[in-house]
Amino acid sequence: MKHDEVRMVSASGILGYGFPESSLKAGLARKPHMIGVDGGSSDPGPHYLGSGKPFTNRLSIKRDLSLLVRGAIASKIPMMIGTCGGAGGEPHLQLCNELLQEIAREHDLHFKLALIHSEQSKPWLKQRVKSNRVHALGTAAPLTEAVIDRAERIVGMMGPEPYRAALDAGAQVILAGRSTDPAPWAALAMHYGMPPAQSWFSGKMLECACNAALPKKHDCLMGTVTRDYVEVEPLNPDMRCTPLSVAVQCLHENASPIIHKEPGGILDTSACEIMAHTERAVRVSGMQWLPQPYTIKLEGAEKVGYSAITFAGTRDPGLIGQIDDFVRTVRESVATKVAAFNISPEDYQFVVRLYGKNGVMDEWEPSKSETSHELGILAEAVAKTQDIANAVISVMRVTLLHTDFPGRLCKEGNMGFPFSPSDIERGPVYEFSLRHVVEPDDPCQMFPIEYSTV
Amino acid sequence: MPKLKDIAKACKSKNAGPYELTLDIMFEDAATFDKVRKTGVICPELIAKLYRVPVASVVFTEFPPAHAYKATIERRIVSGAVGDTDVYGAQQHAPLLDVEIPI
Repeated sequence: MKHDEVRMVSASGILGYGFPESSLKAGLARKPHMIGVDGGSSDPGPHYLGSGKPFTNRLSIKRDLSLLVRGAIASKIPMMIGTCGGAGGEPHLQLCNELLQEIAREHDLHFKLALIHSEQSKPWLKQRVKSNRVHALGTAAPLTEAVIDRAERIVGMMGPEPYRAALDAGAQVILAGRSTDPAPWAALAMHYGMPPAQSWFSGKMLECACNAALPKKHDCLMGTVTRDYVEVEPLNPDMRCTPLSVAVQCLHENASPIIHKEPGGILDTSACEIMAHTERAVRVSGMQWLPQPYTIKLEGAEKVGYSAITFAGTRDPGLIGQIDDFVRTVRESVATKVAAFNISPEDYQFVVRLYGKNGVMDEWEPSKSETSHELGILAEAVAKTQDIANAVISVMRVTLLHTDFPGRLCKEGNMGFPFSPSDIERGPVYEFSLRHVVEPDDPCQMFPIEYSTV
Repeated sequence: MPKLKDIAKACKSKNAGPYELTLDIMFEDAATFDKVRKTGVICPELIAKLYRVPVASVVFTEFPPAHAYKATIERRIVSGAVGDTDVYGAQQHAPLLDVEIPI
């Protein structure tokens, strides 16, 4: 079915970040063709993909999801969530599905549901590596079987095609795994016949909702797509989009504001015209879609060990004046003591961050000379097992407290610890381990769709 | 001579995915942006020097619609990896703040 105009709502920057109910109501009153929200990001780091946990709270996800699904069912329009549960892995998708089922029971809602999976099979990926259909990005080395084997979880970042397949199959609620952020909106716009350039651009604007508006807050954004332009307008009457706020959204979390690499093409915004349409709405035209060979970006996380930390502060000017030497002495002393437990140096590493010196920028810190009157010392041990990490950090704490230095006046423990216990177990820690794209046979191959009637 | 922190409307850093860091510098209006642009101070070489990365690795874009510059570089360490100090890459903009702009 082709439309002359497609209207879509994005509820918030991330599912679970919240939005005013009144804004969603205002959006539904304008008879949109879908409502959606992006659920994920790699920004909070590798822990979530690795551990299978969400980075937003269960209660906050349920609150947002409940308003969205009830609104969509009442308005008889599709509701789509991209990158469920933050990282889009199977546990993340299942968490959102569980919450959706609870909401459906509590409110007696009925609809056709599509779950789009994005976790990837390791044997299949290895086959793709063998047939030279996996390519490294940036400075990454070619993908190896060992990296695939070590990954706790690997997801592919889907484009709009699996969403379109689910829409074609009549799904009203779509919960999807890892997706490129614009995918839900790009899919809906193309489903109703809009050109790829305008469709992708609308997704780019809507994925972070009112990040494209002023003043910035988590709120609902309306996007209208035609064959000529994309219009965006915040649904909260206290907010507005300006040409500048919309242009700023083009800069958001991308490597380039004009070249946006997506599955199957590049959204080129270099010739865009951004014009105020009303005091609160902005129209953008002139975007281009440049088709490219179809590839899917992979994300993976592997467990690198177990972490324990301790935090201490010093207010001792004598110690602060020689902090680098002091930390070196502490490290050497810890290594000697830990070796006495028959723990191999290969089984652990420690990291010391000095807040007040270069704790935030480390080697990039341009200011080498300035020191504060107090320093925070965050010591971390990352080890093969939690027991080893705990043993190392315990030795570290005692050694920080009692290590001598020239000119020491405070002859007792010379460190301020804010907590008891002062050693904190952090559990398993992960690192992102894939920076590659894969060529699928077709855009839907890697993303099985499971339909059910709720 | 004014420093960037005196004349920019926004100056920030953020992850562009877990492997890259992107720096955005924005000005209030086209006039200020044009004045800054004419000085030629903000360029890939400046970013390379401040962050000690090869100049060829800096993805640098002028973006007049937002009165902005954008520079993207490899992160010093992958987001959240052992030894990282800034998972979101949100506090790596400080070296830009004191850059002197002769306008």
